[in-house]
Amino acid sequence: MSEQRIDHMTYLPDMEILEDSDIGDQVIERMKAYDYNKYTEADVKRALEAEYLTTEDFGALLSPAAEPFLEQMARKATREIAKHFGSSVCLFTPLYISNYCENHCIYCGFNCHNKIRRAKLDADGIRREMEAIAKTGMEEILILTGESRKMSDVKYIGEACAIAHEYFKNVGIEVYPMNTDEYAYVHKCGADYVTVFQETYNSDKYETLHLAGHKRIFPYRLNAQERAIRGGMRGVAFAALLGLDDFRKDAYAVGTHAYLLQRKYPHAEISFSCPRLRPIINNDRINPKDVHERQLLQVMCAYRIFMPFAGLTISTRERAGFRDNVIGMCATKISAGVSTGIGSHTEDESQGDDQFEINDNRSLEEVIAAIHARGLQPVLNDYVYTGE
Amino acid sequence: MEDKLVIAGHEFNSRFILGSGKFDLDLINAAVEHAGAEIITLAVRRVNSFSGNILDHIPEGITLLPNTSGARNAEEAVKIARLAREAGCGEFIKIEVIHDSKYLLPDNYETAKACEMLANDGFIPMPYMYPDLYAARDMVNAGAAAIMPLAAPIGTNRGLATKEFIRILIEEIDLPIIVDAGIGKPSQACEAMEMGADAIMANTAIATAGNIVDMAKAFKYAIEAGRTAYLAGTGRVLDKASASSPLTGFIND
Repeated sequence: MSEQRIDHMTYLPDMEILEDSDIGDQVIERMKAYDYNKYTEADVKRALEAEYLTTEDFGALLSPAAEPFLEQMARKATREIAKHFGSSVCLFTPLYISNYCENHCIYCGFNCHNKIRRAKLDADGIRREMEAIAKTGMEEILILTGESRKMSDVKYIGEACAIAHEYFKNVGIEVYPMNTDEYAYVHKCGADYVTVFQETYNSDKYETLHLAGHKRIFPYRLNAQERAIRGGMRGVAFAALLGLDDFRKDAYAVGTHAYLLQRKYPHAEISFSCPRLRPIINNDRINPKDVHERQLLQVMCAYRIFMPFAGLTISTRERAGFRDNVIGMCATKISAGVSTGIGSHTEDESQGDDQFEINDNRSLEEVIAAIHARGLQPVLNDYVYTGE
Repeated sequence: MEDKLVIAGHEFNSRFILGSGKFDLDLINAAVEHAGAEIITLAVRRVNSFSGNILDHIPEGITLLPNTSGARNAEEAVKIARLAREAGCGEFIKIEVIHDSKYLLPDNYETAKACEMLANDGFIPMPYMYPDLYAARDMVNAGAAAIMPLAAPIGTNRGLATKEFIRILIEEIDLPIIVDAGIGKPSQACEAMEMGADAIMANTAIATAGNIVDMAKAFKYAIEAGRTAYLAGTGRVLDKASASSPLTGFIND
């Protein structure tokens, strides 16, 4: 099967270019200059003692020199999270409304060459699923689709957001990157938070993993958060799929990206996600820079200490025992009642296959109990929609 | 002599107000029972989101002070205040307008604007602000019922970082001055009260204490001590010991 590979650095005709912004370029430049081997124990200690961290301190916390200090990092993270979030832990559930995808990302279960069952919920289906989720008591929802502008166009996503707005207090989207005016439209429909995973900030690596589709265009994805903020979104989330490339460099880029955007748009609410490729997947087409729980926790603590006011969502791909221990330390938000299939909240058998296997399928009630058990406070909503 | 805190004609015996930051029921109970709080702040964005309705958890006789946290400009603050009114939270409204996600510092310009819009709409506005005299005067003129300057960035427990500027507000503004945000220890609360602040709002300091109940008590005593000292008139503290031979001893009249 041969595909024609287009240049991954050239915008397609319908893609908006932010001519006046150099944030993306700055992130890449700083990431390239980041040499994690230069940091010493003294640098790590300095970072751990700092009250307000510089990007250099952040770099030190992500370095191999910080690995022996993981316990100290966890302690500092715990103090910081208490200062900024008290004992609150926010809850949400993701809802997959379509798994059609036009992209060929070699590591993803939804990729357009995988022979999986494809499905897309219509408005009634979306309403039924949302009603079922809302009945559990959930007040925050994250709407996800596979990345197909054809099968789930902006109008379709807007419609889903409008329905979500009826059932939930807080609506976020994790869909393909859009232009500013499209973000503005979806915002008007009721969404206020946008998550886009860059996967990897190394464009050379990115090119070898994203072979076709809109997603192949690296810089367009890189500038999604800035377009979302300009479109009026209240908050944006950042992530690299740790393990695709050198996870230290990618994590450094994620933090730097968030840092630079927050400086430019101080009102924007910032949050992080920390998906990872598990070391167990021995896909030798992907550079095996293993991210074990220890490394994952180091990255999460570094994000928390560097930007203590930012949100951090703990992935459902992690096991319950890990998730329960990182709330109140690094993570401010945890999902519950998760199913990554299409239509699986209301039907015994979902219409479309799952994107990935989840490791924590506890219900909202069970996760709330786990939060209480740690002496923390579950928060179903901490947000008020001020749009029209 | 009765010493009451009076805000827009409403009288309170307690000069401790519980902030909303780290919200939980143990904290509310500790604040009411052990710190004697009569006013409790509540973020509107959390109303209805706390095992049913949060209002059901507010003890009787407590005045709710809903805040507009989440508002990034005056218009959003007004929208949120109206939601609070619809939810049955009364007319008091603590105005919080913030569009800096890092330090969460209040925007005085938008806050003064919101103050005017809300006062005109029948609310009793209590603006959370950065202690700036001009902004405070604008808020007074806009119809504020109290001025709530921050002592330090919210949640930092750094104490009276803005002490001198709060002192100026106490001296120049005739409305109650309620020190809000940044108070980390009872001694800092005491210091602010001693200086003449009318009340203290705190949350993080108690919420994150090892023993919430004991820390709530400690705040109560500290605030009372500071208030009593203020009313008593603080004794003089001279820079140096008095010289035994006065410099003005040569005067002969």
